[in-house]
Order: sequence, then structure tokens, then C-alpha cells
Amino acid sequence: MSQPNPSAPTLGPGFWEKFALLDRRIIFAFIFLGLALPLFYTIRQPIPVSPEGRAYYQSIENLPAGSKVLLSFDYDPPSSPELQPMAEATFKQLFTKNCKLVVIGLWPQGPQQAEQALATALRDPRFKDKKLEYGVNYANLGYMAGNEIVIQKMNADIISTFPSDYKGNATASLPIMRGVRNYKNFDFIINFSSGFVGTREWVQFCVDRSGAKMIAGNTAVQAPENYPYFRSGQLKGLLAGMKGAAEYETVAGQPGKGISFMGSQSVAHLVVILFVILGNIAYFVSRRKW
Amino acid sequence: MPGMVSLTLAGFLTLGIMSFVYKDNPIYKFCESIFIGVSAGYYFVLIFYQSLLPQLTDKIGLTGALTDSALAYYRQSGSLASVQWFNLIAAVLGMMMLMRLLPKIGWISRWPLAFVIGSIAGLKLIGELQTNIMTQIQKSILPLWAPQYVDGSLSLAASIGQSLTNIVLVGGILTGVIYFFFSKEHKGVFGGAARVGIWFLMVTFGAAFGLTVMSRMSLLIARIDFLLRDWLHLLG
Repeated sequence: MSQPNPSAPTLGPGFWEKFALLDRRIIFAFIFLGLALPLFYTIRQPIPVSPEGRAYYQSIENLPAGSKVLLSFDYDPPSSPELQPMAEATFKQLFTKNCKLVVIGLWPQGPQQAEQALATALRDPRFKDKKLEYGVNYANLGYMAGNEIVIQKMNADIISTFPSDYKGNATASLPIMRGVRNYKNFDFIINFSSGFVGTREWVQFCVDRSGAKMIAGNTAVQAPENYPYFRSGQLKGLLAGMKGAAEYETVAGQPGKGISFMGSQSVAHLVVILFVILGNIAYFVSRRKW
Repeated sequence: MPGMVSLTLAGFLTLGIMSFVYKDNPIYKFCESIFIGVSAGYYFVLIFYQSLLPQLTDKIGLTGALTDSALAYYRQSGSLASVQWFNLIAAVLGMMMLMRLLPKIGWISRWPLAFVIGSIAGLKLIGELQTNIMTQIQKSILPLWAPQYVDGSLSLAASIGQSLTNIVLVGGILTGVIYFFFSKEHKGVFGGAARVGIWFLMVTFGAAFGLTVMSRMSLLIARIDFLLRDWLHLLG
């Protein structure tokens, strides 16, 4: 019986076998670097505008000057990286069109998000001369619990649904609310949403029941379920996630965080794609050997 | 100074939560507990003052979240002239819901739950039928040949493009529905259509997953931007 030769090379795991068992924390580190490093550089990349994004912009652009618009902020801080850039750019476009804006929130922190977006928009030097006034040009009616019931109730009477605004004023005493009873008194509705209650419920209980025209900004997670509403015409425009925000900023000519973060987004996606490809190669190579 | 303290605190809490990526650890647990506690407290206060008080105590004639000027306005305009006692029904239902916390009389909470489920089911039934079934079916009945006209003349390229879109859409719907039809064995032409349906479903799940990845990346970008820009001032 022959003895094994100790000097013969041993068959250890090769590169792909090792790669197949790569510690996930190494992948996390690459993702982190892929997201963080582009923030130090200005990465210019073309941002093609989708039909949904263009329709979103065009719907606002087509509004007559001075139109009354209802905006519902149905999200909270965790979703603000995607939705806040959309909201800020939307406020700016609406103020440029001299629209009258009424803000509500069906998520507890929605009105606060709206306040932040409004503050950013109002700091824009273009609106200094307009002397935009709370209660006249815009108002924040605050949060109301009740989810879709609130949307349903607003179709009957908005004032009784929101008796006081975010600041504690009587809603009925605000000049902007004169003559406003239900959705029919608004020219347009805009919804920013990151889940339930959100765009789906607004389409169900507002658009389909009152005939109101609406556009929406969604988180990327939520957008797939609402694309059919755009195709069917129930939504006039739709922005999906940070990419949607970047599209809107591009078409509106208002560069903001949406565009500036797309560099990180793209590099991180390349890293993910690279690891998916390498992971698959490692899997198939390892399987063949085993 | 207070701003710097809160920023530093937020920075360390962010790092604490991110430390879970390395492995579960006590710092992560601590930060997670703070997050849950603060969120619960914040939401309770917010809902109490922005919803419960104006919707209940104000409407039954007690002073609540409305400011004095707002109350005066509504009293002058007659909106608060009649006390809306029926709001007490909602309050009673709400109290009954809390009975769940007392095991011996926990069964009482089933009554308001039945009310909520019944009313929401009725409300949603119409909405779902109208929005997600009738309208979607109606808008999915598309011509498989869709001539497109540019400046009044037929554009062959645009017509073929639109027709292909319609064919894919109608085909995707039909084969997807066939896949979920289990009253007939998936064999032969029917089985083939079901397999095509699976492919459409896979593409849909892939697109949804891709968008989910993008969404999660967005959250991480914002936190990294906070750490590098707002906290450490490393970005301009």
C-alpha cells in the first residue's frame, strides 16, 4: 500500500469556492464605500426622464395660474430621502405658477415633513418678491387619524374634517379656505406616499369617487403597485423613489438632492450587480466541482 | 451648542444602529430600544393632541387642541353651537377596544373590532371593485394592432412599438391569470400559457425587488450624507 506523498500539492478550495463563502460583511463594506465615496465627487450622469415623470411635471405646468391644489403628505422621516426632494421641487413649481396650496397629512409626521419642504421652498430667492403669506397662499391643516375614512369624509366636508390647522387656527377662518367644501373646489391633488394610507387609497376614495385629477410621488418600494393607475389614467403622473425625484428635478430645471444622490445610487447598484454576477459564477463553478 | 449635542447624539445613534451590520451587539440593542421608545411616545402625544382632542373634546363642547381664537371663531359662526354628542359613541367604542388589556372582560373589545372590520370591509369592497377590478379590466382591453399617427400620417415604427406594448400587456395579463387558474391541470397549451405567465410574474418580482433595493439604498445614502455632511462636516 503506497503512502501519501507529503510533498505533493494539496487540493484546497480555489478562488471561486472561497468567493462563494465570502463573509457578507465584506459585501456590506463595498456597498458602504460605493455609497459614500461618490458623495465626495460631483458625478455627472444623464438622467433620462420617464413618461411618468414627464407627465408629473407637465400636469403641474398645465395648471392655470392661481389654481387651488391639495397636497397630502403621507409619509414620515424614514421615507424622506426619497420623497422630500420631490416635495420641495413640487412646492417650488407650484409657487412659480402662483398656485394656492392646502397641505394635509394622513400620517402623523406628514405635516411636519410638509413644513420642512415648505420652509426650503420659501427660502428660494425667486419667491421673495411674491410675499407668500400663510393662510392666503398656503396653509397646513395638519394630521388627521382615520386613514381612508378621512379621504372619504373630505369628499363631504373638508372644514369639519380638519376643524383647526397645524398652528391651531380655525380652518374656516383662513382666507385660502373660503369657498372650499370638498374635492370639487380643488383644481388638482398631489399625494406623497410611502405605504398605507397612501396613493392607492387616494385613487380609490378620492379620484374614482369625485373625479379629481391627481399625481403622486411614491417611494420606490411602493411604486410598482401604483404604475397600473398611471397607465389607466387614474393618476396623471407618478414619480418613483429617488430616481423619480431626480427625473423631476431634471425636467423642472431645479437640481436638488435627488440629482446629487444619484451618483451614489448608481455606483452602489454597480457594486450590487457586480456581486450578483460574481456570486453566480462562484455558485456554478463550485457546483460543477462538487 | 444644543445643536451640536443633538447632532453628535444622532450621529452616535446612527452608528449604533449600523453596528448591527457587523453583528448583533448591546449597543445596537440600546439604540433600537431608544428608537422604539421615543417613536411610541412621540406618536402617542401627536395623535392625542392632533386627533383625539380636536375630534372629541372640542366637539362635545370641552376645550381641547383648538386655540382660543379658533374656538371663538367656531362659536361665533355657530359651528360649535350644538354639541356633537354622537362623537361620544366613537369614544365609547375606543374605550371598549382598550378592554383587551383586561383578560377577564377582554371579550368586550370584539364589539368595536366587529364594527371597524364591518365598516371598513363595506367601504373597501366598493373601492376595490371600482378601482382595481372594473377600471383596470376596462383599461386592459386594448387593440393588438394600434396604428399611430404622426403629423397626420401613419407611422409604422410607432405603430409597431405601441402594438407590441399592447400585445405584451394583454398577453401578460392573460397568461398571469391562467397561471393562477387551478381548476384545470397545467398541461398542453394551457400549461404552456401558465409557464409564460410564470415568466411575467418573475419579471414583475424582479422589477419590484430592484425598486426595493433602490429604496433601501436611498435610506442609507441619506444616513451617510447626514454622518459625513451634517455631523462630521466632511462634505461641502
